[in-house]
Amino acid sequence: MELLLIFIIGLLHAAGIYMLLRRSMFKMIIGLIFLGNGVNLLIFLLGRLVKGKPPVIDEASKVFTDIYADPVPQALILTAIVIGFGLQSFAIILIKRVYKVLETDDLDELNSTDEEI
Amino acid sequence: MIFAVISGFLSAALLPLFSKINKNLVPKVYPFVPLGIFVYLLYLMPSVLQEGSLMWNYPWVPSFGVDLVFRLDGLSLLFGLLITGIGTLVFFYTSYYLKGDEYLDRFYGYLSMFMAAMLGLVFSDNLICLFVFWELTSISSFFLIGYKNNDPSSRKSALTALGITGFGGLVLLAGLIWMGFVSGTFSFTELITTPEVFREHSSYIWIVVMVFVGAFTKSAQFPFHFWLPGAMKAPTPVSTYLHSATMVKAGIYLLARFTPILGGTAIWQETLIIVGGITMLFAAVHSLFRTDLKSILAYSTISALGILVFLLGVGTQDALLGAGLFILTHALYKATLFLITGIIDHETGTREVTRLAGLQKVMKPVAFAGYLAALSSAGVPMFLGFISKEIMYEGVFHSSSLAWVLTAALVITKVILFVAGFWVGVKPFSGNLPAEYQKVHLPNPLLWVPPCILAVLCLLFGVLPAVLDGFVQAVFISLVPEAPEIHLAIWHGFNWILGMSLVTLALGFGLYLFFKPSTNLILKTQTFDNLSPINIAESGGRIFKAFAWKWTGFFQNGYLRNYVITILLFLTVLAGYRLYDGVDIHLDWNQISQITPSEFLVVVLMVASIFFALITKTRTGVIVALGIVGLANCLFFLYYSAPDLAMTQFSIDTLTVLLFMLVLVQLPRNRSFSSRKVRLRDGFLSLMFGSLIAILALEVFEAPSYTEVSDYYAENAYILAKGKNVVNVILVDFRGIDTMVETVVLVIAAIGVFSLLNLNLNPFKKN
Repeated sequence: MELLLIFIIGLLHAAGIYMLLRRSMFKMIIGLIFLGNGVNLLIFLLGRLVKGKPPVIDEASKVFTDIYADPVPQALILTAIVIGFGLQSFAIILIKRVYKVLETDDLDELNSTDEEI
Repeated sequence: MIFAVISGFLSAALLPLFSKINKNLVPKVYPFVPLGIFVYLLYLMPSVLQEGSLMWNYPWVPSFGVDLVFRLDGLSLLFGLLITGIGTLVFFYTSYYLKGDEYLDRFYGYLSMFMAAMLGLVFSDNLICLFVFWELTSISSFFLIGYKNNDPSSRKSALTALGITGFGGLVLLAGLIWMGFVSGTFSFTELITTPEVFREHSSYIWIVVMVFVGAFTKSAQFPFHFWLPGAMKAPTPVSTYLHSATMVKAGIYLLARFTPILGGTAIWQETLIIVGGITMLFAAVHSLFRTDLKSILAYSTISALGILVFLLGVGTQDALLGAGLFILTHALYKATLFLITGIIDHETGTREVTRLAGLQKVMKPVAFAGYLAALSSAGVPMFLGFISKEIMYEGVFHSSSLAWVLTAALVITKVILFVAGFWVGVKPFSGNLPAEYQKVHLPNPLLWVPPCILAVLCLLFGVLPAVLDGFVQAVFISLVPEAPEIHLAIWHGFNWILGMSLVTLALGFGLYLFFKPSTNLILKTQTFDNLSPINIAESGGRIFKAFAWKWTGFFQNGYLRNYVITILLFLTVLAGYRLYDGVDIHLDWNQISQITPSEFLVVVLMVASIFFALITKTRTGVIVALGIVGLANCLFFLYYSAPDLAMTQFSIDTLTVLLFMLVLVQLPRNRSFSSRKVRLRDGFLSLMFGSLIAILALEVFEAPSYTEVSDYYAENAYILAKGKNVVNVILVDFRGIDTMVETVVLVIAAIGVFSLLNLNLNPFKKN
């Protein structure tokens, strides 16, 4: 399974970069999200995969008695997902505004800075 | 002493304040700065003559061995007196010459800055300080040459001068640092005690070359001479001060200072003879083809600098003494000639020597100064120029086996300089006064007194050379440590040297009578312009500029994706190079978990959605694919013991898809912007990068993992924080402040979103 995950991580990175290199701003955001997903999975994988043992202590005991999944990568990813969402929503609204003003999605048409808008 | 050096900087720095209070007072007050230092130096003179040298030490950056050590010996005293003495006259002269100029106060600021830098340069005992002051003189010279900043040619000349001298300065810095490394000290006083350290060192040749480049660029030696005629675009006081009397002699100063340390070898002496010899002849001949007074002076100055370098190269005791004396002689007569040129320009409005004549009728004192200076320049007996010429001839005549050739070269140069001096100092004043200049009158004494003072000194020192004895002796000692005692005399008896002097005078006078300045001659020389160093330098500059333009345009092209491509390519190549030797991975198959059918299904779903997102043309399609990828991710988290992540991912994914749908679905269909070729390139690059990440992930995965941090959190989650969900405890307790800051980030993003949504662009826009 880990090997399949590694394949998916590579694929997500490749797809993310490919989309990031497009001229369409919409695709850039998609690329950004793909990259984010890829990185999250990578961190998750590096914490090692453990099946069915969430890092939650039993009702009865005060410490872990069994093996458990690594909690630190999970905490990191949780943060990353939330921050990623902040970034995505801002970017989505931003390109919506750009659309509205300039009526284009093409990055190459955004090359004037001081134009009256 | 330190105050004497920095007072110029201080007065330059205080200038804005001062000129706010009363702008008209600046020209009246500032001349007293150099005058004060001049008097101070004169006051120090007896102790210098007695003790040989005085030292002042102010620690600056002791950890680097850089201290403000000032050393005053004969040579630096000579320069110091020239800088402040001629400086005083120039400061006074300027107050009338540029009277009413809008930026006169600024001009004084530059001049003061220059003076301070120049004093620092000649007084520094530390090589690094010397370099700092050296560059400061280049910079202030740049401002002074470009003073008429609305004239394009003036700006260009300033840039050329800065380019050449700045380049030389940097090369010099490399040489000086190298010297410091070789000898372990940056102090002149210590260096001079161990000259053999350098002469026997393997990098001697490089140090010498670097010092030469620094000195030759500064002192306008062939083939770097061309910035100096251009620098004559500066107002005449600047040409007088910087480009004849002081700054251009900084290179000579440097060479003279380094001669006891680096000199004495064939490469040092012969290079100086060759470069100095070419410069003096080349520039002297050039001066004959000029009709603009300042151009004539510029080339004769270059020629004089060539003579000085040449004499340092010849290196006999008399030659060095002649060089020391010629620095003084030249500064006196050349400054006079420049100043009177300024007066002529100021009063008649022209500097064309062919149009000027007979001015002695209307400006007698100026003519008087011009005659005296021209005679001193020619080396007529009873003038200081004669004495320095005699000693010079003596030194060269008794040098090596090639003495005849060298002496002949010097005599020819001197003959031509005779003519150049007469053209500037005599021709405009003699003959019949043209009608157009009948109304010209004598200017304000502030203009004509300074050249007269200098001209009288030329004569005075020539008639009574004994007054200079002690001073020249001190200069001599700093050039030649074991110098014999000298006595300057007007008369050296009947010998070969006197014969050569007379030949020089006769030939010079003959040439002056028969060879007339003419504009036709300039036109003839223009055929060779393509080969002249200035054109080579300029085309070099153009090529460099074009290259810089292309280079910058290539990397800083303004396309974000090209930057991304460059970074990725670099990263992939760099990391890929390491993998070139093969990847060494030993997978522990026990570590790898089994694949269940449901997991496999999720993987297939994910891969399919990614590819769908890549190829689909509809926006909605992409968003749906994106949602599926997110949900599949969510399932992975769920399978592998991360319920919190799964929940977060699920809600965030849903929100993102909703947001996308709401905002973007109304917009037009995706267009295909890029060509097939570009897409193939990007696809290839992305695949490379993806594979790289996958390989790295595999490598990290098979390495042992360290879990100290995780174990600590897991064990203490309940004991310390009373929580059983460890992930939650980490986020809200152990790393609570991080989470709080994260919330702030989200709030900022929310404010951004909110304001973007409500942003009303151009509320005042019509229609």
